[in-house]
Amino acid sequence: MIKRLSSGPYLFWMLMFVIVPIVMILAFSMVTVTSGGDWSFSLSNFSRAFDPIYIAVLGRSLKIALEATFICFILGYPMAMILAKMPVKYRTFSVMLFVVPMWMNFLLRTYAWMTILGKNGIINGLLSLLGLPNVTFLYTEGAVLLGMVYNFLPFMVLPIYTVLMKMDQSLVEAAEDLGGDKRTVFRKVIFPLSIPGILSGVSMVFMPSVSTFVISNLLYGGQYMLIGNLIEQQFLVVNDWNFGSAVAMILMLLILASMAIMNRFGGGNPEERGANLW
Amino acid sequence: MKKIVSIVLLIALFATLFTGCKSEDKIVLNVYNWGDYIDEDIFETFEEETGIEINYETYATNEEMYTKIKKGGTQYDIAIPSDYMIEKMIKEDLLEPIDLSKIPNYANIDSRFKGLDFDPENKYSVPYFWGTVGIIYNTDLITEPVDSWSVLWDEKYSGMFTMVDSQRDSIMVALKKLGYSMNTKNLDELEAAKQALIEQKPLVLAYVGDNVKDMLISEEAAMAVVWSGEASAVIQEYDNFAYALPKEGSNMWFDNVIIPKGSKNIEAAHQFIDFLCRGDIGFKNADYVGYATCNTETMKLIDQSLIGTTYAYPDLKLLENFEIFSDPGDFITEYDRIWTEIKAK
Repeated sequence: MIKRLSSGPYLFWMLMFVIVPIVMILAFSMVTVTSGGDWSFSLSNFSRAFDPIYIAVLGRSLKIALEATFICFILGYPMAMILAKMPVKYRTFSVMLFVVPMWMNFLLRTYAWMTILGKNGIINGLLSLLGLPNVTFLYTEGAVLLGMVYNFLPFMVLPIYTVLMKMDQSLVEAAEDLGGDKRTVFRKVIFPLSIPGILSGVSMVFMPSVSTFVISNLLYGGQYMLIGNLIEQQFLVVNDWNFGSAVAMILMLLILASMAIMNRFGGGNPEERGANLW
Repeated sequence: MKKIVSIVLLIALFATLFTGCKSEDKIVLNVYNWGDYIDEDIFETFEEETGIEINYETYATNEEMYTKIKKGGTQYDIAIPSDYMIEKMIKEDLLEPIDLSKIPNYANIDSRFKGLDFDPENKYSVPYFWGTVGIIYNTDLITEPVDSWSVLWDEKYSGMFTMVDSQRDSIMVALKKLGYSMNTKNLDELEAAKQALIEQKPLVLAYVGDNVKDMLISEEAAMAVVWSGEASAVIQEYDNFAYALPKEGSNMWFDNVIIPKGSKNIEAAHQFIDFLCRGDIGFKNADYVGYATCNTETMKLIDQSLIGTTYAYPDLKLLENFEIFSDPGDFITEYDRIWTEIKAK
């Protein structure tokens, strides 16, 4: 009885802040409101979302989110390995270094990049000191990508690091004893065992990247519309909550689909992986 | 026993979820304003004089403010929208009527700003600031004359200027450049404006809001479409900037103080509006934000050299072909669609 009661707050939380909002968004997305304030059921918000303009926005978001995820993976995996192999003395400190920037406000960190990348910013200052011509960094797609990689890299490194740390070293030793060279051991033992961490890292980078609107707004000066910007605009600027909800639903389905695909990729025990994912 | 304890604890937990911290003894006035659009020091003065505390929040566009008030769930007692938005909010019954007899300082407001089309009898709104939309440019970096919107379509300024991240104002720039009214309800004209803005997009450095001043000062941008007060703030600090009122005409706007429907502190809101209309308070705000005051008492206090400048108190002859935004009614959905399509391109 007590056990059941103690799950009450959690159920209440789920209901109020997860289930009810999703149902509301779904309801909003399937309704159109006439100027007189009459509601009617319609799927026109969804059909509008498949207009080529918005498909292009969706494609752009997917592309840059995948790029960011890929770069984070390429950078993050070796970093996680280096961290995992460090002597304990330095390891705690190094992991701290990854975590500390996250204590700072996310917006502030992104604003900082604006001053670094700006026309008269730090990098261009250095370039002109060396007698090189100025380069436009800010308000380009590269700036948005950089912002994503910078902000989300720890989410890739930390789960992979955790998995590598927890890995049973005797398996690695056994592989080595059986004559595997370093490459084979990595390919056949370490990498497959770290897949749960990779999957969790990939989804933790991909999801915020595909839905962000702040990074693109600040680092591309409101000109670069990602799907997150489209949703934000519908809610805050043009006051079309119905279309905004439809786009939000589509984004949600997209993330769900990508998670399903990723779960297929990874072998191993799905329950274990699920635990790591969240 | 354990069961009872846990139930009691649970109830206590749920109960605390729904109670905020409320102090009944003090009136708290919720003021919702544009960012950087008031001297926040005056809140302290107001609290000292009346005992009413101010809770201050800001927004970046009229549309953002409208959405929050319209969709409910918020408790604002004061907001400061612009002309067309006031018209729309009156139509939609979102404003509380203002009792001018409770605002003696209303007499300070220049009659030029009273009874404008969006609120002909000032039943719902009291003037705060007014101004224009124009082009501010860095005279060190832009040496050729700037007097027309067409500079913003000139290839040689590619990547050097910013547009304003506000739907009506950016579409206005294109409509005016094409020679149309900025209040057009003609779909062909609006589509033409859309095409013009899409064509212009590769040349634009960024669509910006409040941070435009920093971008100009740091020379990130050499030219920008801005509200006059932003130009005023920059020009008063730095000599190498000028503000042009485009010859095709532009937007002349008026921001008025209103009380949103549902305010629980209507009495206090009146007190606050009266406070804002005081000459010395008006001066503090005008001095801080740089916009042009509507207050005759404040006019006596301001730096007289501002009179006749393009950015603060321009010669009215320059404003002859300027328009005031009106609410397009349901046609706004077309503006919304076009703005979304421009930004999505």
